[in-house]
Amino acid sequence: MKRTRVFFCALAALALSGCNLVVMNPSGDVAQQQAELIIYSTVLMLIIILPVMALTVFFAWRYRESNKEASYEPDWDHSISLEIVVWSVPLAIIICLAGLTWVATHRLNPYDPLRRISAEQPVDPTVEPLIVQVVAMDWKWLFLYPEQGIATVNQAAAIVDRPIEFQLTSDTVMNSFYVPALAGQIYAMAGMQTELNAVINQQGTYEGFSANYNGFGFNDMRFDFLGVDAAGFDAWVEGIKASDASLDRDAYMALQPPSVVIAESEFSRIADNMWDRIVNMCVDPNDLCRDDMMMVDALGGGGVAGLIYRDLFRGICSVDDPGALLAIIRPELQTLVEELNTQASLASDPGGQLQDIEPL
Amino acid sequence: MADTTGYGYRLVTEVDPIFGKLTLQAFPFYDPIIFGTFIVVVIVGVGVLAALTYFRLWGYLWKEWLTSVDHKKIGIMYMILGLVMLVRGFADAVLMRLHQAMAASGGTGYLDSHHYDQIFTAHGTIMIFFVAMPFVTGFMNYVMPLQIGARDVAFPFLNNLSFWLTTSGAVLVMISLFVGEFAATGWLAYPPLSNGEFSPGVGVDYYLWSLNIAGIGTTLSGINLIVTLVKMRAPGMTWMKLPVFCWTSLCANVLIVASFPVLSATYALLTADRYFGTQFFNAELGGNPMMYVNLIWIWGHPEVYILILPIFGIYSEIVPTFTSKRLFGYTSMVYATCVIMVLSYIVWLHHFFTMGAGANVNSFFGITTMIISIPTGAKIFNWLFTMYKGRIRFEEPMMWTVAFMLTFVVGGMTGVLLAVPPADYVLHNSLFLVAHFHNVIIGGVVFGVFAGIVYWWPKAFGFRLAPFWGKVSFWCWVTGFWLAFMPLYVLGLMGVTRRLSQFEDTAYSIYFVIALIGALFVAAGIVAFLIQMAVSILNREKLRDTTGDIWDGRTLEWSTSSPPPAYNFAFSPRVHELDAWHHMKACGYRPPEDDFVPIHMPKNTSSGIVIAGILTAFGFAMVWNIWWLAGLTFVASLLYSISHTFNYNRDYYIPSDEVRDTERARLGLPKTPMPEPAE
Repeated sequence: MKRTRVFFCALAALALSGCNLVVMNPSGDVAQQQAELIIYSTVLMLIIILPVMALTVFFAWRYRESNKEASYEPDWDHSISLEIVVWSVPLAIIICLAGLTWVATHRLNPYDPLRRISAEQPVDPTVEPLIVQVVAMDWKWLFLYPEQGIATVNQAAAIVDRPIEFQLTSDTVMNSFYVPALAGQIYAMAGMQTELNAVINQQGTYEGFSANYNGFGFNDMRFDFLGVDAAGFDAWVEGIKASDASLDRDAYMALQPPSVVIAESEFSRIADNMWDRIVNMCVDPNDLCRDDMMMVDALGGGGVAGLIYRDLFRGICSVDDPGALLAIIRPELQTLVEELNTQASLASDPGGQLQDIEPL
Repeated sequence: MADTTGYGYRLVTEVDPIFGKLTLQAFPFYDPIIFGTFIVVVIVGVGVLAALTYFRLWGYLWKEWLTSVDHKKIGIMYMILGLVMLVRGFADAVLMRLHQAMAASGGTGYLDSHHYDQIFTAHGTIMIFFVAMPFVTGFMNYVMPLQIGARDVAFPFLNNLSFWLTTSGAVLVMISLFVGEFAATGWLAYPPLSNGEFSPGVGVDYYLWSLNIAGIGTTLSGINLIVTLVKMRAPGMTWMKLPVFCWTSLCANVLIVASFPVLSATYALLTADRYFGTQFFNAELGGNPMMYVNLIWIWGHPEVYILILPIFGIYSEIVPTFTSKRLFGYTSMVYATCVIMVLSYIVWLHHFFTMGAGANVNSFFGITTMIISIPTGAKIFNWLFTMYKGRIRFEEPMMWTVAFMLTFVVGGMTGVLLAVPPADYVLHNSLFLVAHFHNVIIGGVVFGVFAGIVYWWPKAFGFRLAPFWGKVSFWCWVTGFWLAFMPLYVLGLMGVTRRLSQFEDTAYSIYFVIALIGALFVAAGIVAFLIQMAVSILNREKLRDTTGDIWDGRTLEWSTSSPPPAYNFAFSPRVHELDAWHHMKACGYRPPEDDFVPIHMPKNTSSGIVIAGILTAFGFAMVWNIWWLAGLTFVASLLYSISHTFNYNRDYYIPSDEVRDTERARLGLPKTPMPEPAE
């Protein structure tokens, strides 16, 4: 592979007077594998493209009207053997490419944990990935570090050679989270959570941005992505901890209005369940969370009352009060609600509330 | 009125009962570029109107063209629409290229973000819907009925209506340039960006109504052309004797009929979201924006093949003609076309691999996409082996074809590369992608359109285009294309995203400057083409073709006169072979000189242009919330359509004497036949 890269760089250097193609020469292993895949696929296709181009030029020149020496067969229009060649050669190339695609797509599935840190280094199963939660806002990036309990705007950092798991969503329109030096992009969409697993292999400051057009402030929706060593990362976290701002509902809602340029903000604490509320679009206390909305719908939408009194469910959040919705929609299940409430107060793990409940 | 939102929108919140949201502020006096363009357009427009009046051409224009149901005239009008909109869409392209070159070279460019965003949206929308589509539909309209030996399309009035509905959409887009603004969402207007919250201006409304109206026209035209192909082929023309262009038209129209309703439904849902507050695509209240992206690409990918398939057909007509040789592998060409038609439905997800579908789904759509390259590759080989052992005459259409073959394979290759999902993760939304689709659309569709125009011009007008300026245009276009888009591939690999208008890194400068130079070459190519048409029209007597078969053609359109009479063929040709006209010539065909019969023809009608005109006003009223006018025009269009169905005076006969005179004049025979011997 090294040789291929050297070859490509030499070629690029020749043509471009410098090898500054970040996509082909990235600093993260996932992007590196994607770049290699581009080269393999291109070489595979050139096997057929180059002869076709050469033949086009050759036939065009050879059979020009003024060349009376070339043979001329006006009624020749069919040849089984040629037909077999013209269908089977592209087919053969595509079979190879399809195999490559199947394998590479599965190996580089952004949702799967990494399979290696770099070509030489396997994944250490004892090291948990660093979780970074990313919110695309109009027109800035908010990063939450649940493990460290900090949040930042327009700057992110990660430890070199430690796997990173990005969880992505959007506060507004569709965005695409892309750090070319790190890994390929993945969309960040409102009301959804997407995922990207990656690793950075070299220290440095890299450019990240939204690759999907998102309105007026698109140009400025950029952030710095820092690849640092463990000590550097701790220092970075400490620096943010020095701030005394907390990312709570009010702080988040203050970030929401569209703004093109914002000073980098730092939050040393994150309020409970913030990520859950952001993904479910209910940071504003007046909004019904999307997961609760789906639950309401699944339970019949509250019947006629739910249709008329739209405010019936406003502001209810089952993360805070797991029984509230059921109490409104299915009062007959009051016992179940009480059981739920008891369990919720007992459970230390908020995700495990519903485990022992009989299905409705 | 200044920017009321902080991000470019000048909003009017109060809806006036008479003028809706339309106020004087809607006219962009504040923008010297748009206002300057407006003044130029007004001057040119007034000049054209004055000339029409001075030369007393209004009646001629109305009777012979605007109300015509003749497929040939409608075809030509589609081509004129495409050409006019090409100039508009290309002006947008030059504005963007200039701005990006300036912005990448250390400046900030000369366009603000909001204006720039409208320009790239308008460029994409116009180039696909109002340039490529009219060109392709124009060719299908003009050429296909002639190739199958028909007198017209199956539903001549519907054809006229389809054209005017398409034009109505184009008119609305053009109005948006001077009254209000256009969408700033990108050409497919993904929600939530395109919903009322994030795009509060009238731009998206212009976008939706123009495409709602034009979309109906395209669907109707698709139905019309399918019926024509199925029901109106000349006697003896079985499916496997159908010219390849007709086959590709058939497949393209099947795609139109199956996919344009999806587009219309999608736009209808988005329109409902914007006007009635429904939440189909709004995640906040339970809608799903990913549904829009899926739906729009379920139309969007077949659309690509709607454009390229008929153009493949054009190349398949040109290559055998100019190599004076039968097309290699007709049967495999037909099957390749049909395979592409079917496969084009199961690849749409490759436009958003990065949305987060699983590896199985992404691999499936990536591999189906690659499979399309097999029949496409077979087509390229078939053209190649048609050239093999031929006698290639390098007239202009053939030059375009060879340029296409050399350019298109590069675009095809980068397309297959983008179909590999992990590669797409790093190339998606980048300038590499922009370079790819311009590579296939310019290198494929646009080159083919020019090839087709030069090829069929003599058929349509009876004189050929003067080659000199055409060759200038050809070389400018080809050079310009390579200069303009190869740097974009490089920029894409440098990690530059599409739709940016500001750049911090001046390393990009050189590539953007080269791309700008390329765009200027293309501009020269367009100007040279316009000059070519003007010069040819002025010298038409010298360039006159009286044979009707200037290129030694092989298909039926060359068997009639140039330009063909209104009825196309005095007698329906009988077809015995593929390349029917070639076969007729080989068998010593002589055109009939006598015993003509009256010909049944459809009558012109003004209903199409009137209904489309009313609907244009309806669209405008909806955009500006002028509710009384919207209601009035909506009812009026329905009533007018219904009243049209009561018009029974729809057809007439061309008397046999007139047919005889026309046909004999063409053959250079005296007007009346020799007197019959006295009894």
